[in-house]
Amino acid sequence: MAILELQGLRKQFGELVAVDDLDMSIEEGEIRGLIGPNGSGKTTVFNCITGFLHPTRGKVIWQGEDITGQPPHMVASRGMARTFQLTNLFRDMTALQNVVMACHLHTGMGLVKQYLMTRGTKRRDREIEEKSVAILEAMGIAHVKDEISGSLPHGHQEALGVAMALATEPKMLLLDEPVTGMNPSETKDMMERIKHLRDTGITILLVEHDMKAVMSTCEEITVINFGRKICQGSPDHVCSHQEVIEAYLGRS
Amino acid sequence: MRNSKTLTTTLVLVVLAVVGAVLPFLLSHYYVDLLTMLFVNIILVSSFRLITIIGDWSLAHLPLMGAGAYASALITGTLGWPFWPSLLLSAIIAGVIALLMSVPLSRTTGFSFFIASYAAGEAMRLCWTRFRQPFGGHTGLANIPDPGSIGAVDFSRPIPYYFLALLITAVCLWLMYRVCRSRIGATFHAIHSQKSLARALGINVVKYKMLVFVIGGFFAGVAGVILVHRMWAISPNQFGFTPTLYLLVWVVFGGTGTFAGPIIGVSVLTLIDQLLDPLAEWLPMFYGAILILTLLFLPEGLEGVPKRLQSWYRRRQDGGKASEDSTTPENVTTEEQD
Repeated sequence: MAILELQGLRKQFGELVAVDDLDMSIEEGEIRGLIGPNGSGKTTVFNCITGFLHPTRGKVIWQGEDITGQPPHMVASRGMARTFQLTNLFRDMTALQNVVMACHLHTGMGLVKQYLMTRGTKRRDREIEEKSVAILEAMGIAHVKDEISGSLPHGHQEALGVAMALATEPKMLLLDEPVTGMNPSETKDMMERIKHLRDTGITILLVEHDMKAVMSTCEEITVINFGRKICQGSPDHVCSHQEVIEAYLGRS
Repeated sequence: MRNSKTLTTTLVLVVLAVVGAVLPFLLSHYYVDLLTMLFVNIILVSSFRLITIIGDWSLAHLPLMGAGAYASALITGTLGWPFWPSLLLSAIIAGVIALLMSVPLSRTTGFSFFIASYAAGEAMRLCWTRFRQPFGGHTGLANIPDPGSIGAVDFSRPIPYYFLALLITAVCLWLMYRVCRSRIGATFHAIHSQKSLARALGINVVKYKMLVFVIGGFFAGVAGVILVHRMWAISPNQFGFTPTLYLLVWVVFGGTGTFAGPIIGVSVLTLIDQLLDPLAEWLPMFYGAILILTLLFLPEGLEGVPKRLQSWYRRRQDGGKASEDSTTPENVTTEEQD
């Protein structure tokens, strides 16, 4: 069964059609790439899935259940985590504090307990901290855990963004251009980690500009332009598709 | 580093406690009452600052303080309850009113929150004006009972009341400080710094905005109760727009970045008020000037002063060296603009 399904998803801003009756279905355990030229509606699709935007019409089906129009925190609590371009960190907190904050969903503490800071709360806090350090280690940035996240190098910030998404214990991870501005070796490193996450059972939807990164990571790629799906298939199939070539060449 | 900081904080608190305990016996009753009102305002600015952590600037804060004041005046006056249960109940009433207000308010942000909170507070204030029963209309309520006495301590006297206010203020500040330091406070802060990210991480932003508004309203209510029992009468005007502006000036002047900022702001301005007493009619203008000057030259408020002085001193030293190389006036001006 598909873990996530979009049925006739449409988003209009006034006259502008940002997403045009998009159908898409993602299987559990897949790494899916979503690519398209600038302004083709990729981020809008992301926002509609994760509840930041209300689709004009169409449905978002998550594990067989209609979640269209649910607020972002509800979508997150169902097991869908996303990253952002640029605004992906609490910049004045340390790396560790960022991940601890991202553990919000699974602290298992009511407000009163959080306030009273009982012994149980403190123990739980320590557990959360340990878990957060483990996540930072998995993303290869545990050595900068006590540094202010806003002053970390760009590659570390992106990794931290993914670490925070992981802290919500997602079933599916939606990554918005995770390798933008990275050098080739950082990109390769990040893509390896993403593949590794998939191997631990997390489904991944990857929006990316870096064609090479997408081609080497994803088994299946969906290409959209002007909010419409123009092609879907394996990296080889997509690369040789006439409309895809035109869309990208037309841009440059 | 951390140890020396706790030590400094402890020292400051001990000094404040000693000064707070000795001061009323050295001053005239007029100044003792003035300090009591300062305590009221300290609770008020701190509870206001709590709401600013999540990024909201509420114009309903003075009316919420009024809600606590009116509630306690009615509970002790009309119902004849004693002071202590009335203190708690009135604060809860202010909290409940804040909860009702926050249902629509928590769905707004930034400027719309600012305006909507003004409307909400003003609506409540107009109720007090409109309904002579039980709120007394324009003239408000008079003959408000004092807190009575415990044993030989008569709380209708300035000095005992001062200590009552001091105690309640200390407890309130401690409770609010704990909120700031808890995970809840960190979540408020996270919502302020990156709202979309917070939502994507599963944080229910609306719920937290309601929570902080209710906590703020509760403590504003406490401030109102302490205020009302030291006064013979209250009227809706005391909780109107002008006092709200004073609150804003205190908070902006002190700075919202730290817990102590607004407290320092209101204390310093209260002191200046007293020094400028002969010029009292010019006070609103003076406050306006302070607000503008603070926004222009001290955007972080008074709490940013030590940091500014430090960097100014460093720049002066560097500038001294640099001027040996080149003394072009252009260089100096660009440096100052930084």
